[in-house]
Amino acid sequence: MKKLINDPRSVVDESVEGFGMAHADLVEVHTDPIFLVRKGAPVAGKVALVSGGGSGHEPLHAGFVGHGMLDAAVPGAVFTSPTPDQIIPATTAVDSGAGVIHIVKNYTGDVLNFETAAEMAQAEGVSVRSILVNDDVAVEDSLYTAGRRGVGGTVLVEKIAGAAAERGDSLEAVAGVAEGVVRNVRTMGVALSGCTVPHAGVPTFELAEDEIEIGIGIHGEPGRHRIAMEGADGITSRLLDPVLEDLGIKAGEEVLLFVNGMGGTPLSELYIVYRRAAQILAERGARVERSLVGNYVTSLEMQGCSISVLRLDDELTALWDAPVHTPALRWGM
Amino acid sequence: MGLGVEWAVDWLTLSARRIAEHREELIALDRAIGDSDHGENMDRGFQAVMEKLAQSPPETPGAALKLAAMALMSKVGGAAGPLYGTAYLRAATALGESTDIDAAALAGALTAARDGIVARGKAVLGDKTMVDAWSPAVEAADEVLAAGGDAVAVLAAAAEAAEVGAVTTDPLVARKGRASYLGERSAGHRDPGAASSALLLRAAATAAGFPEGSAE
Ligand SMILES: Nc1ncnc2c1ncn2[C@@H]1O[C@H](COP(=O)(O)OP(=O)(O)O)[C@@H](O)[C@H]1O
Ligand SMILES: [Mg+2]
Repeated sequence: MKKLINDPRSVVDESVEGFGMAHADLVEVHTDPIFLVRKGAPVAGKVALVSGGGSGHEPLHAGFVGHGMLDAAVPGAVFTSPTPDQIIPATTAVDSGAGVIHIVKNYTGDVLNFETAAEMAQAEGVSVRSILVNDDVAVEDSLYTAGRRGVGGTVLVEKIAGAAAERGDSLEAVAGVAEGVVRNVRTMGVALSGCTVPHAGVPTFELAEDEIEIGIGIHGEPGRHRIAMEGADGITSRLLDPVLEDLGIKAGEEVLLFVNGMGGTPLSELYIVYRRAAQILAERGARVERSLVGNYVTSLEMQGCSISVLRLDDELTALWDAPVHTPALRWGM
Repeated sequence: MGLGVEWAVDWLTLSARRIAEHREELIALDRAIGDSDHGENMDRGFQAVMEKLAQSPPETPGAALKLAAMALMSKVGGAAGPLYGTAYLRAATALGESTDIDAAALAGALTAARDGIVARGKAVLGDKTMVDAWSPAVEAADEVLAAGGDAVAVLAAAAEAAEVGAVTTDPLVARKGRASYLGERSAGHRDPGAASSALLLRAAATAAGFPEGSAE
């Protein structure tokens, strides 16, 4: 294992400390327990958005703290959900009285820890609404699984719900917007390599030189099946087709196309995937109105990408376009 | 005579040691069907338990388990944190203020712990989770209790059954937690949470004075 770290056990602390130093104009870092809040939080009268999850997915979530997106981010250990003793103070720190939305990616650990924290924050008088993101079509949503995972679509939920909160929507209204995004976004990913969790020291899984893993999650957990390596166009169809099928995208519909890097794939390759994905959507008569390409929900140094499609309407498009100023996403201000 | 606070503290201390010794193994199990963190999470959690025990030594077995519950809940993270946290908290509540835990109280605490895990995680027997270690352990404890066994015998039976239960997860297809994403590919691997549960219940029996067998 070769990593730019000092000690596997201090990876999260030192990384968050550096993040706080680099973005002191936007965020404030709390330690022991560790969480980050938007500078100046709570924002008077505004519904607050709190998200969190295992570390190793940077810039998710801390990179999205700021105007028009999250009010707090709660980083857990690498690939491990944060704990209630972090989530509760993050929640109370950003509550202006207008209530708090927890944006939770659907993993048993995240769900259980956020659920416990929400109960306890509510006991302290904070109104909390939880939004579960479960956009990964690679997992069958059945009684036989823990349900679909929350992956790339999380960024879109955070951006759009964040814009709704920023324009002054009520707790119920922001929750409604967030649920609308969850209902209309689907994602599927591929890994060309595994990744190494610092404290584990060995890759989460090994792929042969000519193998790829389709349906990969963002925790280095193996995906649904392994196939032989092929060209980017073929892989793009394998990811996009199930996404479009699941969403039921029809000719004439407007979408946001998001090609997300897993951390170890160059941007140039992500654009090769984007190119084919946009062509496929055009062939189906769908209109790509907005796009996002880059490393936003990563899996340490894993090679690979995910493709997300969000069905847009005028409201979602307007909220997407609304000004945002965070360390990792900024436009309009 | 039953078990007192010394047993509870010994149990937690031995648990911390066993988890540390098996840290790599639990990581490897979780690497196969999860995300490689179970050993790390549990080790971090039990180190926190040890710190809290040193800071404020508990006076009853119930207080010791409550202290452990809080430390595990706040330091383990992942699925296992809230599940073990709930288990230890329910067991602590079942033991109450008592300073002398007999076989019946112990069996009751084990049942409460298992029920807590089920209430939070909603897994049933055969889902390839820690429930597959805890449920047989509870059943074995109840049988020994019904047959007139003492507290040590109850713990020994629970430990034995949990170890067998952990092994029975090998061929199962996971239906809960992260491993369920693998579908059929989760078969052929031991569930990490069931494995750690077996370690913890074995530590409970050993701390009570039951000789550690040749197992492992
Ligand atoms: N719903 C559930 N009910 C009971 N036990 C569960 C459930 N989900 C997961 N587990 C247990 O948790 C263990 C995984 O713990 P850990 O690796 O620490 O958390 P995570 O899966 O969040 O990474 C599994 O091996 C399993 O025994
Ligand atoms: Mg795990």
